[in-house]
Amino acid sequence: MATEVHNLQELRRSASLATKVFIQRDYSDGTICQFQTKFPPELDSRIERQLFEETVKTLNSFYAEAEKIGGSSYLEGCLACATAYFIFLCMETHYEKVLKKISRYIQEQNEKIFAPRGLLLTDPVERGMRVIEISIYEDRCSSGSSSSGSSSGSGSSSGGGGGAGAR
Amino acid sequence: MVFWSVLLAEVDDNRSCPYLAVKITPAIPVVGGILFFFVMGTLLRTSFSDPGVLPRATPDEAADLERQIDIANGTSSGGYRPPPRTKEVIINGQTVKLKYCFTCKIFRPPRASHCSLCDNCVERFDHHCPWVGNCVGKRNYRFFYMFILSLSFLTVFIFAFVITHVILRSQQTGFLNALKDSPASVLEAVVCFFSVWSIVGLSGFHTYLISSNQTTNEDIKGSWSNKRGKENYNPYSYGNIFTNCCVALCGPISPSLIDRRGYILPDTPQPAAPSNGMAAYGATQSQSDMAAATPLLQSEPSLTSDELHLPGKPGLGTPCASLTLGQPTPPSSMPNLSAEAVLTDILPLKEEHVGHQFLTPEEAPSPPRMLAGSPLAHSRTMHILGLASQDSLHEDSVRGLVKLSSV
Repeated sequence: MATEVHNLQELRRSASLATKVFIQRDYSDGTICQFQTKFPPELDSRIERQLFEETVKTLNSFYAEAEKIGGSSYLEGCLACATAYFIFLCMETHYEKVLKKISRYIQEQNEKIFAPRGLLLTDPVERGMRVIEISIYEDRCSSGSSSSGSSSGSGSSSGGGGGAGAR
Repeated sequence: MVFWSVLLAEVDDNRSCPYLAVKITPAIPVVGGILFFFVMGTLLRTSFSDPGVLPRATPDEAADLERQIDIANGTSSGGYRPPPRTKEVIINGQTVKLKYCFTCKIFRPPRASHCSLCDNCVERFDHHCPWVGNCVGKRNYRFFYMFILSLSFLTVFIFAFVITHVILRSQQTGFLNALKDSPASVLEAVVCFFSVWSIVGLSGFHTYLISSNQTTNEDIKGSWSNKRGKENYNPYSYGNIFTNCCVALCGPISPSLIDRRGYILPDTPQPAAPSNGMAAYGATQSQSDMAAATPLLQSEPSLTSDELHLPGKPGLGTPCASLTLGQPTPPSSMPNLSAEAVLTDILPLKEEHVGHQFLTPEEAPSPPRMLAGSPLAHSRTMHILGLASQDSLHEDSVRGLVKLSSV
């Protein structure tokens, strides 16, 4: 775990942000929180399609679990109402518990899968549950990194140019 | 407003309470007191809780969306007005249009709407209630419903016992003398009479809305009514009334996406700071994210550091009152039930058209914040913003901009 965190820190030091990819929400099932599993072309050279889809699908399943309506959520709602919602001073809602699980999962995924590939996943809750933000880092000192400035029209000042110059 | 009128009714009721407590049962003031505290509690809860505000998009997100829209529309050359920005989604067999909000720079989720008073997009937007001083949305709808339900019980309760009090007194001393002895009862009876009709009517209306899983906004626009077409039905309804009610009242509450206790750091003259919902969850994630943001700072110097921190929206309890701007969509049909109650509850609708000149002072400081490092994106955004002012479909966000520029 220490080495993986070390990798993240090294990544930050040696890399510069090239671009960001945003995975938007998928509203085809209504207003529940779900993200599109469509593979963005900018990540084509950075990560395997299958890994990416698996991550997004797991996140979707977590959110479905948080918003699941059923016996336990009704019970929680009724109990909260009966105690005039004071019970939330003592315990967290089911949703909050799942959100904590999600943030742990995202951190784990970042350490194990995304950081070694020069990517960083941002927890959607920090972006108002609108998008999953994937930051693509360009390795400044690495010689073999492919330029992700190839994602055309990204509009951000590219470290890709700097990366190419450093080679 | 509501607070004071309920309090007044209670005070008046206290005068008749001793009489009733002695004559009938002391349980009357007790039950009345309990109801009163319940009403106050739900009122405060509705007023001070976050209705489900969607934080504004970060500059990177906004730029990414703009880019995608441009690709979808084909590149817009100068002078050509781009078509209104909508996305269509099929939910449960019904086609739903997602609109782009120019103020918040996001595509609104289904059932969300932008409130011009609060100047925010709110999830599952019901309406903005001036009595409560807050929007009613996904997160506080149940509190609002419990408030009006308990208030209707309270008003019926008070009304019944005021009448009882007067009748009992008049049995002893005659009707006119009874009225002379307790003049407050007359006033109270009158106030309660009118309150009962409006509040009970409103509760009935919202009970109907909950059982059919619609929002006031949708009902007024007739989005899912049969009058639009035979195939039109509500895609969000769960099928039966019981499930709809349970979900609305006892379903899971999502946590707030905005940071209401953060400080807004003043930077350029942009009155509404973007709030990037930063919750307490994933503190370690946030640390790595903040550290990840540092290279962003190094490579894009025009972004100020305060943008990346967490400005929060100050308490939503106080409505932004500089301009009273109503909802942009006029009602196509009014519900038959308690029409006047609904009218008092929902803002008056005003149609206003805004000239282009109002946008320029607002636009001027924004380009440096929008996106660093790409003048092409800047001009495109400004261009689109300018054209948006003339598009009648974006009145709501334009009004938001007018309000910002007039502050």
